[in-house]
Order: sequence, then structure tokens, then C-alpha cells
Amino acid sequence: MCEDCGCGDPALVPVEVHESLLAGNDKAARHNREHFTEHGVFAVNLMGSPGSGKTGVMEATARSLPRLRMAAMSGDLATDNDARRLERAGIPARSITTGSACHLDAEMVHQALHHLPLAGLDVLVIENVGNLVCPAVYDLGQHVNVVALAVTEGEDKPLKYPVMFRKADLVLLTKIDLLPHLDVDLAAIEAALAETMPDPVVIPVSARTGQGIERWIAWLEERRERAFVRRAVAAGA
Amino acid sequence: MHEYSIVSALLDRIEAEARSRGASSVASIRVAIGVQAGLDPDLLRSAFELARAGTPCAEATLELRAIAAEWRCRACGGELPLAGPRRCPACGSPGRLVAGDEIVLERLELEVA
Repeated sequence: MCEDCGCGDPALVPVEVHESLLAGNDKAARHNREHFTEHGVFAVNLMGSPGSGKTGVMEATARSLPRLRMAAMSGDLATDNDARRLERAGIPARSITTGSACHLDAEMVHQALHHLPLAGLDVLVIENVGNLVCPAVYDLGQHVNVVALAVTEGEDKPLKYPVMFRKADLVLLTKIDLLPHLDVDLAAIEAALAETMPDPVVIPVSARTGQGIERWIAWLEERRERAFVRRAVAAGA
Repeated sequence: MHEYSIVSALLDRIEAEARSRGASSVASIRVAIGVQAGLDPDLLRSAFELARAGTPCAEATLELRAIAAEWRCRACGGELPLAGPRRCPACGSPGRLVAGDEIVLERLELEVA
């Protein structure tokens, strides 16, 4: 009740909250990350446009006799086609069908983890919903963000979708085998990446010819070692 | 359209706050959004208009406060220009976004009967 005159009108109470609206997601993401780290599983959030070649790169990675034991989760609005493609390529995969959601969040990944055993794995690739906007906002508990950008997408995509590229640890420049058929300017792509990524790392790859796949696997191994092995040494383990 | 997910988190957070303080409704809400947070303020407002029916926020005013971007050098702490390569013009080290990435519920006014 109003304390000034007792008139019965509701009193206005100011409340200072100052809390991130992503706090709930970030808490679930921390939980996922601890879970991955406990199992020695290096988690990759693989993002990119629909059709940028995320699943194709994964298939090529599996074909190239990987030294890494890998599993995947694939997010899509409908169908489990990608997970089935990955299973056929020899990667244990779990589909996350989001219905109408345009991105994965940490809770969806947490639920999917209940159905995907982590024991014995080195790397888990979380293939996000094809979308250059929304997935960038949600931490899933990954160790690194990787963005697949096809050479057919246009040189200025990083400038148009700066949030996702700012958060990328690596850009896989996919479908590089199509270059002879295109008028694409690779230097313009690199300049656009330099304006969005503080420390751009780009690996050109082709899922068809296998070009660059070894380099991508080597990058994964190096980052995994940096995340786990060196930390264990520093801790005196 | 992750703006709907953000609005859903906003309404849940406010409803919990209102319940714990015995408030009947919410008079005003202030949210800070960084210009590089990846959130469209107009879409957020549309999503809020659609989702708030039947919640304690049904009559609340929503104020969106824009937070400017600020980039600083990871090595020397110097400020980077807002356009151009995300590297320090002074020492060449990579930059870091230190402001402009936030999505924060700052303040509420609750009506307590």
C-alpha cells in the first residue's frame, strides 16, 4: 500500500537487477564445459550459413583417417538428415531437432548429452543450426567457435554478420575447389575477416578433394592439446 | 529471431522477481543492449509486445538503452578505432571488445499492493 497517505494505491518499488539475460544459458553452458573438460573431450561449436558445407567438412574429416575419435551433434529445425549423413561417414551423431528455434542453446546440448556417451572421445563437434545471426549469441559450453564460410557466399559476409565472425576462433573457407569457376576475390574475404576478427585464422578446405582437411585436423589437435594437456602440466598433474 | 528467446528469458526473470517481492504488476523495465550484441532492438520490442499478454508485464513500459562499442588492445590496453581491422594501431596486437556486447536487465519498477 502507498505509504504516503494510505490511499490503497499500489506502491512503486524500484529494483536494481543488473543481470545478463543470458545468465541462465551461460550457467548451463558452464555445466556443459565442465562436463566436456572432465571427460577430456574438446568441444567445437561449428556454425555457418545453411549450405556452407558444415556437414561436408565433417564427412571429409572422418574420411581422412582421423587420429581423433570424434562424435557430433547436429541441430536443424526439421529432419535428422545431417546426423544420419555423419553416422554413415562413421561419426557417432545425435540429432537435435529444434522445431522453430533458429539456434542451439546450452540446455538443448545438455539434453542431447544424455544420449551421447563421451567416454573414449577426443572431440565433439556441435553442428549448429545453419544461420549466421542467432547461434552467435548463445554459449553452448564449447572450447572453440568455428565458422564455415563457403567461397560462393560473397566476400562481404563477415561485414554483414560481424557478431558471429568476431567470436570465431577459426574460419573454414569451404568449397575452395570451386574457385576456378568463380569470380571471387580471396583478398577481399581476408580483408573482411580482418575487420571483424581480432586474430583471424583461416583454413581453406574442400570436402570434395580433401584439400586443407589435414591442416584443419592439425589445428584441432593443437587447440585440444592447448586446452587439456598444457593445462594439466601447469597444474602439476 | 532469437529475440523471442531473449524476451522469454526477460519475462521469466521479471516474473520471478515480482513473485519474490509480492508485486502485482510491473510498471517499467529497462534493458541495456550493446550495439554489437547481435540483438535487434525493434525486433526485441515486437517480440515483447507479442509475448507479454497475460504476464505481470502486460502494462509495463520497456526502455531499451543502447551501449556503445569499445575495443581495446589485448596487449597494451590502447583504444582501437571503431572501424577497420581489429588490431591495435599502436602495437599491432589483436583487440578485444570490452563494451557493446551486453544484454542486461538493469532496472524494474514493481507495483506492490
